[in-house]
Amino acid sequence: MFQTIKDAYYVAWGDMCFMKHNFWNILVSSVMSPLLYLLAFGYGLGNGITMEGVPYIAFIIPGIAALTSLSASFSSTATRLNVQRLYYKSFDEMLMCPLSPASIILGKSFLGLFRGLVGATLIYILGMCVTSELYVTPMLIVSVVLSCFTFSFLGVMAALLAKSHQSMATFSSMIILPMTFLCGTFFSAAAMPAWFQAILYALPLTHSSSIIRAAALDWSFPWISLVVLFAFCVAFFVIDVYLVKTRRI
Amino acid sequence: MYNPIDLLNGEKMVESIIEMTDVVKKYGDKAAINGLTMAVRKGELFGFLGPNGAGKTTTIRVISTLTDFSEGTVKVAGIDIKKDPRNAKDHMGVIQQAISLDKDLTIRENMMHHAMMHKVPADERKKRIQELSDFIGLDEYLDRMVDSLSGGWKKKAAIVCALVHKPDILFLDEPTVGLDVKARRLLWDLIKKLNEEGTTIFLTSHYIEEIELLCDRVGIIDLGKLIALGTPQELCNKVGSTAVEYRENEETKYKYFTDRDQAKDFVSVLDDHDQIVIRNTNLEDCFVELTGKSVGGR
Repeated sequence: MFQTIKDAYYVAWGDMCFMKHNFWNILVSSVMSPLLYLLAFGYGLGNGITMEGVPYIAFIIPGIAALTSLSASFSSTATRLNVQRLYYKSFDEMLMCPLSPASIILGKSFLGLFRGLVGATLIYILGMCVTSELYVTPMLIVSVVLSCFTFSFLGVMAALLAKSHQSMATFSSMIILPMTFLCGTFFSAAAMPAWFQAILYALPLTHSSSIIRAAALDWSFPWISLVVLFAFCVAFFVIDVYLVKTRRI
Repeated sequence: MYNPIDLLNGEKMVESIIEMTDVVKKYGDKAAINGLTMAVRKGELFGFLGPNGAGKTTTIRVISTLTDFSEGTVKVAGIDIKKDPRNAKDHMGVIQQAISLDKDLTIRENMMHHAMMHKVPADERKKRIQELSDFIGLDEYLDRMVDSLSGGWKKKAAIVCALVHKPDILFLDEPTVGLDVKARRLLWDLIKKLNEEGTTIFLTSHYIEEIELLCDRVGIIDLGKLIALGTPQELCNKVGSTAVEYRENEETKYKYFTDRDQAKDFVSVLDDHDQIVIRNTNLEDCFVELTGKSVGGR
């Protein structure tokens, strides 16, 4: 276990250097889209509205934090790994090193984890400045970290399966974009028809929004969603390890 | 216990560092490697020739564990790469056909990253990078981003990355493609120098003169099978040590003979032919004769 974490650090070291070279770029791009969502939906559209008993701005900020954990974690992991694998070919070098598949996957998910945490934290701090309804609880931290890990592993999976840059874009359009708008980030999933809710609860972001919102607003915590999101996280990790181990990439 | 046997001669000889036995690698129904059996001796400079799509790069990818294979066994330094891939990787360094450095990092960061991932002890990493950079003459480029370097320097940086963990065998897949003549010659010197210092070299190339100049032994692969193996001279002798090159029906033709006298007898009966040349057979003649294809073509 200790060796796996140490090896994951060696893998992640390259991405840390990448972050060092692109620090401001990464910081700005991590908060740009959540900030726009906050302005457009929180202030523009939702001014004066309440949702499930709280001001809409307080309702939407945890949703945007969940969304940031998805978009920042997924895109930074998937884009960099896709470029390293298909264009730089430097991912092949990693595969030729004496590292376990688990340490490679953990290491490659670090960039997504970091960017997701930075983005979600910044947007949450901003949110706390504009509404007093938000809380920082241990379950909030657990929920955000779990979300970032889950979507980083999903990003690794997308990058490992991608045959080209185009197929990555297709994956984003078909999977990530619908999740962005439908999974209870901007509205309550309970407002949708029952058959559609069944689809939404089969998607990880719905559970991520649900647990982050409940922890942030100090609502009754949906433990089932936490378990389901954890199951998604483990499943994505296992698939990633399988793909690397069997070289089905 | 590791039992070094030259598989092709079936006798105990020089220690083999790579042993491939009946290896099959298929992409769908098509076999890229079709029952390949060969051995590379420790310390030699081994050349691997074949037409495009013959299976050269796939062979390197299989040995270096980048690609799985369906049948056969591959051993590197006596270690079965399927049973213990991580230990086998410690013995190998690979320079891929395309430059595979991370272009978002500096040269030094690329080297350090390789050293870390190959688990070079922390106190040795900087020293090792400095030694290799001095050896190759890369010192002044270490803190530059990858894309600011020319192809030759990038290739040299890739070599340092591949050598940073002191591998016993270095794979070079078409290392001089895209390099100018000067850079190519510098790289040849470097390859010779590395081999003289004890590193086994496994080299594939489209440039047949490169293989002829550098390699102790040469394997020729076609349609995923090894069709010839030996020193460049042994391979030429297989075809015939003397070649006659002549024009007939607006086409250049070649005939091979075991000695010069036979070649002269043949030339004496050629009527109405011009541009007749008698010369020693070279590796390119051998390659074309054995594969029926031009170098790099099908």
